[in-house]
Amino acid sequence: MTLAEAPLIEVEHLTMRFGGLIAVDDVSFSGRPCAITAIIGPNGAGKTTVFNCITGFYKPTIGRLRLRGEREYLLERMLGHEIGQHARVARTFQNIRLFPAMTVLENLLVAQHNKLMLASGMSVFGLLGLPVYRQAEQAAIAFARDWLERIGLVAMADRPAGELPYGAQRRLEIARAMCTEPRLLCLDEPAAGLNPRESAELNQLLLSIRDRDGIGVLLIEHDMSVVMSISNHVVVLDYGRKIAEGPPAEVQRDPAVIRAYLGTDDEAIDG
Amino acid sequence: MVGARLPLMLKDAALTALVAAALGVFIVGFHTVDIGSRTGLSFDFWFADLGVALVVIFLGRLGLSLAAEGLRWPAIALGVVMLIAGISPLRLPSGFLHWFVALGGALLVVRAAWPWANQAIAAGAATPTGRLIDRIGNQWAGWFLLAVAVLLPLTPIGDQKTMDLGVLILTYVMLGWGLNIVVGLAGLLDLGYVAFYAVGAYSYALLSTQHGLGFWAVLPLAGMLAASFGILLGFPVLRLRGDYLAIVTLGFGEIIRLVILNWVDLTSGPAGIGSIPGPTLFGAVFAETAPEGKQTVAEMLGVPFSSNQRLIFLYYVILGLALVTNLFTQRMRRLPVGRAWEALREDETACKALGINPTNTKLTAFAIGAMFAGFAGSFFAAKQRFISPESFTFIESAIILAIVVLGGMGSQIGVVLAAVLLIGLPEWFRELGSYRMLAFGLAMVLIMVFRPRGLIAHREPSIRLHPIGAKGGG
Amino acid sequence: MAYFSQQLINAITLGAIYGLIAIGYTMVYGIIGMINFAHGEVFMIGAFISLIGFMICGMLGIGSAPVAIVLVLLLAMAFTMVYGWTIERLAYRPLRGSFRLAPLISAIGVSIALQNYVQLVQGARPKPGGQVVSGGFNLFSSDGFDVVVSWLQIIIVVVTILLMAGFTWLIASTSLGRQQRACEQDMKMAALLGVDVNRTISLTFVLGAALAAVAGMLFLMYYGIIDFFIGFLAGIKAFTAAVLGGIGSLPGAMLGGLLIGLIEVFWAAYFSSEYKDVAAFSILVLVLIFRPTGLLGKPEIEKV
Repeated sequence: MTLAEAPLIEVEHLTMRFGGLIAVDDVSFSGRPCAITAIIGPNGAGKTTVFNCITGFYKPTIGRLRLRGEREYLLERMLGHEIGQHARVARTFQNIRLFPAMTVLENLLVAQHNKLMLASGMSVFGLLGLPVYRQAEQAAIAFARDWLERIGLVAMADRPAGELPYGAQRRLEIARAMCTEPRLLCLDEPAAGLNPRESAELNQLLLSIRDRDGIGVLLIEHDMSVVMSISNHVVVLDYGRKIAEGPPAEVQRDPAVIRAYLGTDDEAIDG
Repeated sequence: MVGARLPLMLKDAALTALVAAALGVFIVGFHTVDIGSRTGLSFDFWFADLGVALVVIFLGRLGLSLAAEGLRWPAIALGVVMLIAGISPLRLPSGFLHWFVALGGALLVVRAAWPWANQAIAAGAATPTGRLIDRIGNQWAGWFLLAVAVLLPLTPIGDQKTMDLGVLILTYVMLGWGLNIVVGLAGLLDLGYVAFYAVGAYSYALLSTQHGLGFWAVLPLAGMLAASFGILLGFPVLRLRGDYLAIVTLGFGEIIRLVILNWVDLTSGPAGIGSIPGPTLFGAVFAETAPEGKQTVAEMLGVPFSSNQRLIFLYYVILGLALVTNLFTQRMRRLPVGRAWEALREDETACKALGINPTNTKLTAFAIGAMFAGFAGSFFAAKQRFISPESFTFIESAIILAIVVLGGMGSQIGVVLAAVLLIGLPEWFRELGSYRMLAFGLAMVLIMVFRPRGLIAHREPSIRLHPIGAKGGG
Repeated sequence: MAYFSQQLINAITLGAIYGLIAIGYTMVYGIIGMINFAHGEVFMIGAFISLIGFMICGMLGIGSAPVAIVLVLLLAMAFTMVYGWTIERLAYRPLRGSFRLAPLISAIGVSIALQNYVQLVQGARPKPGGQVVSGGFNLFSSDGFDVVVSWLQIIIVVVTILLMAGFTWLIASTSLGRQQRACEQDMKMAALLGVDVNRTISLTFVLGAALAAVAGMLFLMYYGIIDFFIGFLAGIKAFTAAVLGGIGSLPGAMLGGLLIGLIEVFWAAYFSSEYKDVAAFSILVLVLIFRPTGLLGKPEIEKV
């Protein structure tokens, strides 16, 4: 964890305005590969808006979003789906967004769409049933199976995703994002609604994603126990502005952070 | 307990009847009739009809409340009485009312007995035999239907009337399967599907009558033309939200129809295009005598001519076309693009986050759906030998949509069932023909309210990690 | 110039009618975000009830045109409202929370069913009637061309302006209007604050139906002939008007109605009357592609 390591994503002077409302105001931070960067802050601090800018759902009013891969991507200039396809940024959503009628396995195969689309020769090879496509499909299934093992859902593979219990849906959504083979994974409150045991499992999963898959993780989380135990770096937002940044232990003691959470208006720490 | 609830139920039924009375008093009660001159309209009072209908509505509502309260037997008794009254020779003011009363009674009985039937089905399905039947049903129903369809012309029931109807139903099955790609799989509500049908039909009509091209040469062309139209129209609008897309496609459908209607130089407008040649078999024509330089199918096969041959041939052509549509769709569903269609239907935002290009994916569904409509259109023109803009109105799109919706969006067998029900039944019961569209409309509402996944709600996964029968499968 | 003025007068009249129907689309869209595809049919029902109402007035010997108009207006509004309420109650309310295309498919079903219901009980042939007002006056003449404003056109415009004013007041200043706007903003929150959401939605449909009934009556009086199919075209044009003005916006609906009236009349007058409907449809498509928020609409922010 040397700070000299080049950042994976650099957010520079990000500002997002909706009409008169400034949701994110001149926020800059960076996230490194093989590290979990947590973004915390009270409700309405603009955390999800930052995610939506990074993943292309919103076009930032001002600011630069630089992602380093084999080349440099300027995310603010890319369309929503191109960010997933070329810059390889994957995300999950606050309110889980699986494909509920499709099975668990199908969800993971859809995540490998672009790879499989190429292998199927834009469907032509696939329609003809050529071996080149069949091999690619088998490989994709094997990849999905690995992930199902990691999240403990192999037995459920052929069940519609919408029928899974809540905690399993959360894990599946993370696995689906990982099946796109991302460089950067953005998780929007992955621990929300989980019980303590599931939450602990989630911690293990996130640590294994950081250490085994070696990608950068951006994490929005309200559950401070999760944030403090697994993140390498914490960014604190309040009313759209960055009020603190640093290693978890330092941030925890920061008076500005304490004020934002416990300050004059009684906004308590969620979870 | 029940005695206390009865006045409430009666009041509820009375209120329902009152609302129905308010709905019907002018529109039904005062039937306007022409009396010749320009300004001349007079009334025919239909209050007796209205009265009977209101009594039925009152009793029906009461019966439904009873059934909902768990009083199934009284509800069933009420239903049976209505059913008998409907089919009895009792003289009601109109034939329609007989149907209305009888159907109302039948529906009431079904509703009251529904929980039992549901229980029985659930209990039956849980037994090993039940599971076996279920699996056989899922796996073999399609093959059984196919066998029936293939053998039908060879059986004695395959007379001219049945064959005509068979061709008609199969045309709608094919259109339903085509639209199912767009609506059922990709979740794009296309209200202008008939436009592509029209493009296919006019392509063949014009190319054959003006340039002398044959059916089999034009068929792929017509499909490609229709698909190009699909891409052309789809590209700018497929980014729109679902309901806007529906209206825009409706607009496109009407624009194409109006252009056909008014571009008289090309399409001869409302007069239509006639003497379109039918499809040939290896270059042989279906006719009593062949035109110069050609031979008839009867001569080629060395059998006596019969007018039925052409019909049976048409039947197999459309059966083949429909099967191609089905096989193609089934195959596409198991490919990445097919899974992406379904994923888009489920959640477009999540698709974008996974790096799937929504516009391109939708465009393929739209274009492929259009292509099959184009094929079907060519066939339609070759079968009818005459086409005019009247065959391509919004109602046609609505019928195809009703078939897809009723069958269960995404279900291939469901489309067949729905096509037989919606196209076949009204043809068999001619007297009901004028109520057909009314029934379509009501059926669409009822399906959405009570069974939004359609008659066949089962969705077979496009791929399984654990094949059926293997341990851990399910 | 004279020809132009005459067409302008005709266009404003037609636009007023479209605007009244468009309000129904816009209000329903504003509150539950669905296109009430059956609204054109509600307008058609309103026209039929008006036709029958005028005939009953004739039977009862009510000779005074103003009395007949007011009576028929009230009658048509009242009974068409029942249709609006019933449609919402039976076909849309059970679908809240169903998948996103369900209400739209249901609405198409209602539309088909209503059209055929009226065709069955009233016959398919066009019905003449409702011509209780005739005459007008010469506004001016030039180039040997008289520019005529008929009393009927004045009635249509005046009735529309009165209704619009009343309606704007209703939405802006009454508790019903406040509840309606609250539901538009956030239905869950409104329910938590004690707004009866179901009742508010019902009332929205009922009000939309009332305005459609007025439009139906004016349409009948203006053209003097109706059939079961008028709802389809008028519905689409009014919907186009609502989209053009910015769906969800009441002034937008009126503005859109006027613009559609102008485009249709002038297209027919100066280009070709065959393609006047194509023009309306094309505008719908173009607006949706290039400016889906319309002229006065607010941009929608996709919630992720």
